[in-house]
Amino acid sequence: MNNVTGQAVPPFRLPEFSQLQARIAASTPADVERALRRPRRSDTDLAALLSAAAEPRLAEMADLAGRLTRQRFGRVIQLYAPLYLSSFCANRCLYCGFSVENRIERRVLALEEAEKEALILARRGFSHILLVAGEAPARLGVDYLAELATRLRHRFASIAIEVQPLTRDEYARLFAAGITGVAVYQETYDRRTYDQVHIAGLKADYDRRLEIPARVALAGMREVGLGALLGLADWRAEGLALGLHLAYLRKLAWRTAVTISFPRLRPAAGGFAPLVPVSEKNLSQLLFALRLFDEDVGLVLSTREEVRFRDGMIGLAPTRYSAGSCTIPGGYGDTGATGEQFSIGDSRSIEEVAAAIRAKGFDPVRKDWDAVFQQAGSQQ
Amino acid sequence: MLNIAGRNFRSRLFTGTGKFSSAAVMRAALEASGSEMVTVALRRVDLADPADDIMSVLDRERFFFLPNTSGARDAAEAVRLAKLARAVGGTNWLKLEVTPDPRTLLPDPVETLKATEQLVADGFVVLPYINADPILALRLQDVGAAAVMPLGSPIGTNQGLQTRLQVEIIIEQARVPVVVDAGLGLPSHAAEAMELGADAVLVNTAIAVASDPVMMARAFAAAVDAGRLAYEAGPGERRSQAEASSPVQGLDFLRDE
Repeated sequence: MNNVTGQAVPPFRLPEFSQLQARIAASTPADVERALRRPRRSDTDLAALLSAAAEPRLAEMADLAGRLTRQRFGRVIQLYAPLYLSSFCANRCLYCGFSVENRIERRVLALEEAEKEALILARRGFSHILLVAGEAPARLGVDYLAELATRLRHRFASIAIEVQPLTRDEYARLFAAGITGVAVYQETYDRRTYDQVHIAGLKADYDRRLEIPARVALAGMREVGLGALLGLADWRAEGLALGLHLAYLRKLAWRTAVTISFPRLRPAAGGFAPLVPVSEKNLSQLLFALRLFDEDVGLVLSTREEVRFRDGMIGLAPTRYSAGSCTIPGGYGDTGATGEQFSIGDSRSIEEVAAAIRAKGFDPVRKDWDAVFQQAGSQQ
Repeated sequence: MLNIAGRNFRSRLFTGTGKFSSAAVMRAALEASGSEMVTVALRRVDLADPADDIMSVLDRERFFFLPNTSGARDAAEAVRLAKLARAVGGTNWLKLEVTPDPRTLLPDPVETLKATEQLVADGFVVLPYINADPILALRLQDVGAAAVMPLGSPIGTNQGLQTRLQVEIIIEQARVPVVVDAGLGLPSHAAEAMELGADAVLVNTAIAVASDPVMMARAFAAAVDAGRLAYEAGPGERRSQAEASSPVQGLDFLRDE
């Protein structure tokens, strides 16, 4: 891999998951105390904040995380909506409703249909959208995404994608077409669990997937989204792995902003039960720890979580909420559609979510970017 | 052990050869400093002349010479000087200085970036001297600089680490060694830079113009060692604010499931 000026850059090297777990488990209350006090925190501090030894200090972590978040981002929550384009997928992954062997109704939206769905979101007041598709390049490839972005870029402040991994040239092409962000979740950083749940398809290759975020950043995307699907492996070690991946990307590609998502497993077709329990308390500790580790990282909370939890977390660490989400292709226009990726925990409309954010004294921001940034055709 | 472009240095104090009252005093001071890297201005020395008054008094076994382009006003001049230095001196290491303003001698960021890019492509190991600008430091690393050398304050001012906030950011973001260069007037300034996590400091004027340069060189050596040790020891936190107070808002909404 080379950077924008052609200099070689090192690949991301992650220690064994068990080593990450050992580092966290070795943390003492004194380590937690030190981590809480530092003005800047190392990965050793992150390990301490993720440990069981930090649990009695959760309220302090919340307080510090809230202060850092407000200082860096202001009293603001960004809103976005996912737009599901296709439920076709070539991968076999045990936890996902779109997994190739599940017998669900499958759809890929025609460009006109996708545009119609997007306009519904625009009318509802969204200006940031995330285009989501199962990984089936034959059904939905780069040409489709580039064409859709070209049609939508003037109606939305920003368009991000969550689709199959692409090549660097393809990312660069999509950037030029108006897509500025790419989410590509490792799902789990534990190689063993990864191999257990990713049975077949290109996604089954752990190492191949691990290098995609760096590729996205080096292709010039403005934002790259990391994520771990909570409920597959030890959430504490996932948190440390996410922190290390984040720190690597910061060094490697300083021009690219990073966000982290924390989807907790929700009921989905296939009936996959979480392999490990992750409580709301655990999830909040993970969010606080990552905020204390990195003041600038965007933290995303989706509608997988329930209203009570999402409202409670406003102002404590997350910076971005999805709202009014539907995970069925075509589901915004056709409320009778079936074939969802997972079920929703917060089914409020964008207006209701915005009202809840305002009630907490925060501004629900719907537009925080503009397509005009890219009209100069800058490739940097 | 500090490593820059594959070369190891035990001492984290780099020194210069300007402003000394005589070659003999310079030699005594630089030997007392324990420094292993000394920068020489290409405009001051004749690399081809074994009897050069600066080069000949310094033991080449002991000191690694880092030629600098002091006096260059733009990228073109700096690149010309560098190529000349390599041709006659046989070294591809270079401290890049591009200083168009003869009054302040502050470095020109645009020309420095341009010259670094050209020199790296031409096989040089480039250590650019820069104002403490974190974005410039990142851009220089992107084009292959082997280290970055942000200034503590304008050269020769002895004002210490006036750029502390930006130097902290540079250190935090760096993928290559960070050498704080220029403006460090007292051993405590050097120690402060090392405590922040700088990989090395370069000190010339403060040693050269002291009443007793040899004693001052020893003082700087001790300060750099102390600052580095303190950094590696991981100091405790100052407790002024950021006492985690009782939370403004409870976490009663959280479920343990």
